[in-house]
Amino acid sequence: MNIQFRENQEAASPLTVKTAIADCDIHPARATRTELYPYLAKRWQHHLEVYGVHAYQGMMEGPPYPKAQPNASRRDAYPPEGGPQGSSLSFMQKQLLDPNNVQLGVLNPLNTGQGIRNHELSAALCSAINDWQIDKWTSKDKRLKASIVVGNEDGLSAAAEIRERAGDKNFVQVLLLSRNVEPLGQRRYWPIYQAAEEAGLPVGVHAFGFGGNPITPSGWPSYYIEEMVGHSQCQQSALASLVLEGVFERFPKLKMVMIEAGFGWGPSLAWRLDKAWQRLRSEVPHVKRPPSEYIREQVWWTTQPMEDPESREDLFDVINWIGWDRLLFATDYPHWDYDEPSRVLPAGVSEANREAFYLGNAKKLYGLA
Amino acid sequence: MASLIAGGIDCDVHPAVPHLTSLLPYLNEYWRDQVTTRGMVDLISQSYPQNSPITARPDWRPETGKPGESLEDMQRHVLDPFKFKHAICNPLYGVQMVFSEDMQAAFCRALNDWLVKEWLDRDPRLRGSIVIPTQSVEKAVAEIERCAQDKRFVQVLMLVMGDTPLGKRALWPIYDAAERLELPVGIHAGSAYHNPPTAVGWGSYHIEDYVGQAQAFQTQLTSLIVEGVFAKYPRLKMVLLESGVSWISPYLWRLHKFWRGVRMETPWVDRAPLDIVRSNIRFSLQPFDAPPDETTLNRLFEHMQSDELVLFSTDYPHWQFDGQDALPEGLSPDLVRKIMIDNPHTTYPRLT
Repeated sequence: MNIQFRENQEAASPLTVKTAIADCDIHPARATRTELYPYLAKRWQHHLEVYGVHAYQGMMEGPPYPKAQPNASRRDAYPPEGGPQGSSLSFMQKQLLDPNNVQLGVLNPLNTGQGIRNHELSAALCSAINDWQIDKWTSKDKRLKASIVVGNEDGLSAAAEIRERAGDKNFVQVLLLSRNVEPLGQRRYWPIYQAAEEAGLPVGVHAFGFGGNPITPSGWPSYYIEEMVGHSQCQQSALASLVLEGVFERFPKLKMVMIEAGFGWGPSLAWRLDKAWQRLRSEVPHVKRPPSEYIREQVWWTTQPMEDPESREDLFDVINWIGWDRLLFATDYPHWDYDEPSRVLPAGVSEANREAFYLGNAKKLYGLA
Repeated sequence: MASLIAGGIDCDVHPAVPHLTSLLPYLNEYWRDQVTTRGMVDLISQSYPQNSPITARPDWRPETGKPGESLEDMQRHVLDPFKFKHAICNPLYGVQMVFSEDMQAAFCRALNDWLVKEWLDRDPRLRGSIVIPTQSVEKAVAEIERCAQDKRFVQVLMLVMGDTPLGKRALWPIYDAAERLELPVGIHAGSAYHNPPTAVGWGSYHIEDYVGQAQAFQTQLTSLIVEGVFAKYPRLKMVLLESGVSWISPYLWRLHKFWRGVRMETPWVDRAPLDIVRSNIRFSLQPFDAPPDETTLNRLFEHMQSDELVLFSTDYPHWQFDGQDALPEGLSPDLVRKIMIDNPHTTYPRLT
């Protein structure tokens, strides 16, 4: 029995590897602390050496909820030449891109210039990280595409950064984090949406960030798991704000991508919004259609960490409610909760839906079809 | 709609305090003097603006006064036509918003005494929840012990958004008292507004606060489970009131997945989150935040993998449904019986 089982496993595996995929959430890291300095004015290099980075949280380095692994990353993802996980292109090619036949890899750099109280420094760091993405990654491997990282709390400078990069084929989206000083629908962020819509770029909202608010509406919890699970609640509140402030109504061509916050909650939030909107729409006359319609038309979702119910039928229910055309496969490489491409989608999915899930939806959304 | 059955339990009705001055007879001389001398105004929470459509059904809205302030209206609108055996009163008066623990304790005590006198004494079908001053755990426990002597109090009541996550160990004496006295802890929608009402800050709208209640319930469930409340108090039941229900399963898939990944962080969580919810957590029916079609509804109940989680509620006088249509379309008669009678009785040992 065991021998039979193993043979089937091995037979199945090369087949899945052959199929090209898009990985819509890859986290490139800096190999050294000063790797961004060539892209920063002397003034900011000096600032970082003397004052460091002041985020909307208390720790000078590292997260207040210690991760489950060093750098929240796989222990087998340290590059042989040294440096943290995700900091070597050649090792990323060897460990992720080549064996999984990744045809499109979307880079989402974290721990950049976002969530920083000094907005000028924030803008300088974001611009630097964008230059760095081209130099170190996208110019050296055509499968990789970058995200325009923007100083999220200053909408005007963020919009300027987007306009500067618009039309540059190295970039396929604008990157925001879910946790900001205010909910993402607020007016201070509208210049970002306007510039992204004009540039024809989706706006990705990745779970995480620092905005100074407790990560529950009832204060700060105790554990890392609460922060991790809590990201999906933050994302729900951010998406509700985008709908209820009328961002989708005002920017009808805007496309938003919910990254690494799950998608199982999507239908439930949309139903709840619809029900409340039926009662309370006189408070938000700028929301002209049922909220679920904006979400269905203007929101995409990355898959990792994949919803994992006991029964695959439950998973298929949720995907059917969202739409097979709205999911974007992602691994979250090199993070520890990485999703292995060949094991994510259970059997019983049509070939067309499988192709859309792994590749087609991403190529279409990011203009690479 | 599925047919209602007589003799059910309504687990969430809201008698309204007409005005802060209504509590004056239940305050001692010092606090009466404080209220009048300082010109304190009515404690109406932003969670339920009086004229908001969600705060009262049009046909349940009185010509004058607050929705839910008249017992006769409550009898006429729900107790009689729904043929309830009992209805559990959850007062949503804004006593949680004040910051002084002394003032909060005085107001909670007055509110609980007011509930006994003006409601429980006047209709034998009514049961009550003990509103507690969470600014002081010591005073909260004392209030639970004081009120629990009256067996018509069947539950302790807290808001879903307060000062700290509800699993925090500092609050455990409350759960200790509740378990000991056979009182489930009801967690109701609403905020003390001591923290921003979403985890990403202050939104602009009432509708945003209302939709956001579901996210607050999710974070509280995480806190209660991972802090180990149910490992320490295995017999304690918690009832999430006016929480919505369609978010439960996808939320649990995620919590369960991460718990498997990082359970070394909270080794005292000795059972899977799914199992803890099945044994210790219940949810009130309204607002039923799912589409009105039978197929989706049945799939949602399948996802929950249990017919014991949901307890009947009208959420009176809030506007969640029209007419008698409290039960969504497509529930089997067996499930209706569980929701209306069996599940509430199993949850609330003091209901006899």
